[in-house]
Amino acid sequence: MRNSWVTWVFVLLLAIVPTAVFSGYHLFQLTMVVVYAVAILGMAILVGFNGQISLGHGAFYAIGAYTTAILMTTFDVPYWVTIPISAVVCAGFGFVIGLPALRLAGHYLALTTFALAVAVPQVLKHRWFEDWTGGVQGLVIDKPDAPFGLPLSSDQWLYLFSLGVAVVMYVLAWNLVRGRIGRAMRAIRDHATAAEAMGINLAMVKTRTFAVSAMYTGVAGSLGAIAVAFVAPDSFSVFLSITLFVGLCAGGAASIPGTIVGAVFIEFVPNLADKVSKAAPGAVYGVILIAMLFLLPMGAGGFLSGLWRKAVGSRMAAIGETRPVAAGHEVGVGVDLAGSLSTADPVHARRGESVKP
Amino acid sequence: MEGLIHQIISGIATGGIYASVSLALVMIYQATHHINFAQGEMATFSTYITLTFINMGMPYWAAFFLGVAVSFGIGVAIERILIRPMGNAPILSAVGVFVGLLLVINSLSGWFFDYTIKQFPSPFPDQALLGGYISGHQLGSTGVTLGVLVAVYLFFRHTSLGLAMRAAALNPVSARLVGVRVGWMLALGWGLAAAIGSVAGCMVAPVVFLDPNMMAGILLYAFAGALLGGIDSPLGAVLGGFAVGVIENLGGAYLVGTELKLTMALVIIVSVLTVRPSGLLGRTVQSRV
Repeated sequence: MRNSWVTWVFVLLLAIVPTAVFSGYHLFQLTMVVVYAVAILGMAILVGFNGQISLGHGAFYAIGAYTTAILMTTFDVPYWVTIPISAVVCAGFGFVIGLPALRLAGHYLALTTFALAVAVPQVLKHRWFEDWTGGVQGLVIDKPDAPFGLPLSSDQWLYLFSLGVAVVMYVLAWNLVRGRIGRAMRAIRDHATAAEAMGINLAMVKTRTFAVSAMYTGVAGSLGAIAVAFVAPDSFSVFLSITLFVGLCAGGAASIPGTIVGAVFIEFVPNLADKVSKAAPGAVYGVILIAMLFLLPMGAGGFLSGLWRKAVGSRMAAIGETRPVAAGHEVGVGVDLAGSLSTADPVHARRGESVKP
Repeated sequence: MEGLIHQIISGIATGGIYASVSLALVMIYQATHHINFAQGEMATFSTYITLTFINMGMPYWAAFFLGVAVSFGIGVAIERILIRPMGNAPILSAVGVFVGLLLVINSLSGWFFDYTIKQFPSPFPDQALLGGYISGHQLGSTGVTLGVLVAVYLFFRHTSLGLAMRAAALNPVSARLVGVRVGWMLALGWGLAAAIGSVAGCMVAPVVFLDPNMMAGILLYAFAGALLGGIDSPLGAVLGGFAVGVIENLGGAYLVGTELKLTMALVIIVSVLTVRPSGLLGRTVQSRV
C-alpha cells in the first residue's frame, strides 16, 4: 500500500511541474486534460464499475458548465463557490435520470442517454431559459485571477485549481470503488440477480451511482466552463458525449488510472489529427475506438495495470509471496472486467435481456 | 381544421422516412439483438453514393438501384468484418463498436464528399396534389416507403431465403442443425438493413438537403418509432415510425414549437421504455437467470 502512495505523490509532483514550464495555450490544454479526466472518471464509475452504459454524459457536463456560468454571471457568485453547488445540482439531475434508467439496461440505456445527449443543446437554446442561458449566444464569464496575491498568471492558477479539485475527486472515487459500496456496484455489474440475492439494494445503489457519476461529470463541466470562460449550447452537442465515451473506452472502462490516459487521448489526438484533415479526428477516434475494443478490450489503463501486476507479481513469486493479485493496484477490478469482456458467457453477453421487452 | 389535416398528412410523409429507418433498425435487432447506432450514418453514406452515380450522368432510377445494391454490399461487408467478431462480446464492446462505426462513416462522408450542403434531386413531379394537401415528393416517397415495406414483408413471408433468415434470427442453434447458414443469414440481414437505409436516405435528402449529419435527428425519431411499435416487430416498427412522424409534426405545430422537436423524441423513448417496454406490437420476452 505504501508503494502506491509513493507512486501517487510522485505523479502529483509531476503534475505540478507544468505550471512552471508551460504557459498560455499549452497550460490551458493541460487544464482541459484534468477536466476531461474528472468527466471520464464520472463515466467510469457508472459504466465501468456499475455496468450502466451511458452515451449521454455530455448532458451532465453541460448542466455543470451552465450552473457555474449562470451563477457567476447572473448571481455574481465567486467561481470556487459554484463548484459544490454545481455538484449538488448535477447529482440531483443524475438521481432523477437514474430513476427511469433503473428499468433499462444495456442497449436501451445507451439509446436513452444518447437521445438525452442529442436533446440537450436544443433545450439550452430554448427561449424559455434564454434569460438565464443567453440562448444561442451563450454566456461569457470572467477568468479568475490567482488569490492571495500569488505570483501566478490566471492560466497557471486555473491549472492548479482544477488539479486540486481533481485530486480530491480522485481520492474520493478511489475510496468509493474500493470500499463496500464499490463492491456492491461491481457485484451488480457482474450479476445483478446474484447481487440482489446477496442483499444488495439494486435500486438504491444504481440510482446513487448514477447521481455520483453525474456529479463528477458536472463538476468537470464547471471546471471546464471556468477554464474556457465561455459556454454555448453548441459546445455541448452529442459529439461531446461521444468524445467522453471514446476517452472512457481508450483508457479502460473499469480503471481509475486509465481515465487519465483517456483524457490525454481525447485532448491531444484530435489536435494532431486535425492537421491532416477536417474529417480526420472523427475517423481517428472511430478507428482507434474499434481497434481498442478488438485488441485491448480493457483499455490502455487495464493493459498497463496488467503489465504492472505481471511485473510485481513475478517479483513477489521470486521472494515467495503467495498473494500476487493483492499486490497489484487494481485489486481485481481489472481482472473482473477482463473476465467479463473476454468470455463468451451468455449471462454477460445478453445481460440486457432480463429487463428488456 | 385544414391546418390540422395538413399537419397530419405531412406527418405521415415524414413518418414514412422514419418508418423505413425503424425497419432497418429492427432488421438488425431481430438478427443480432444489437441496436445499430450507425444506421443513420450508413444511410447518409449510401445517399452520397447514389448522388455520385447521378452526377456521373446516370438516370435517377438506375443510380437509385445501383446505390441500393452497393449499400447492400457495404452492409454485408461491415457485418462480416466488424460485427461478426463481436458476436459474443459484452454490450459495452458492442455499443463501442457501433459508436466507432458511426464516427468513422460520418468522417468518411465528410472526407470523400465534403461538408458543404448539397441538393439532392427528387424523381417525383414538383406539384401539389389532392387539393394542395400533399406535394408530389411527399406522395411519391410515402409510396416508395410502403412499396419497400410490402416487398420486405413478401420476402420474409413467402420466400425460402426469408424463412431461413427468420429461422436464423429466432433460433440460431436449431436453424444451424437443419442446414441454414446462420452466419450468412445475419450478414444478409445487415445488407438488407443497409439497403433499406439507402432508400430512406434518398427519399429524405430532397427535403432536408444532403450533408454528413443529415440523419442524426432522423435516427433518433426512428429509434423512437421502433421502440413505440416494438423493437422486435417489423410491422410495429413501421406503424411506430408513421406514428412518430405524426406526433412530431402535431407536437411541433401545436404543443412545444419546432425548437424542442428532438426533445420530444427523447420523451417518447423514455415513456415507451418505462410504461410499456415491449412497445405496442412487440413480444414480451422473459429470460431465465
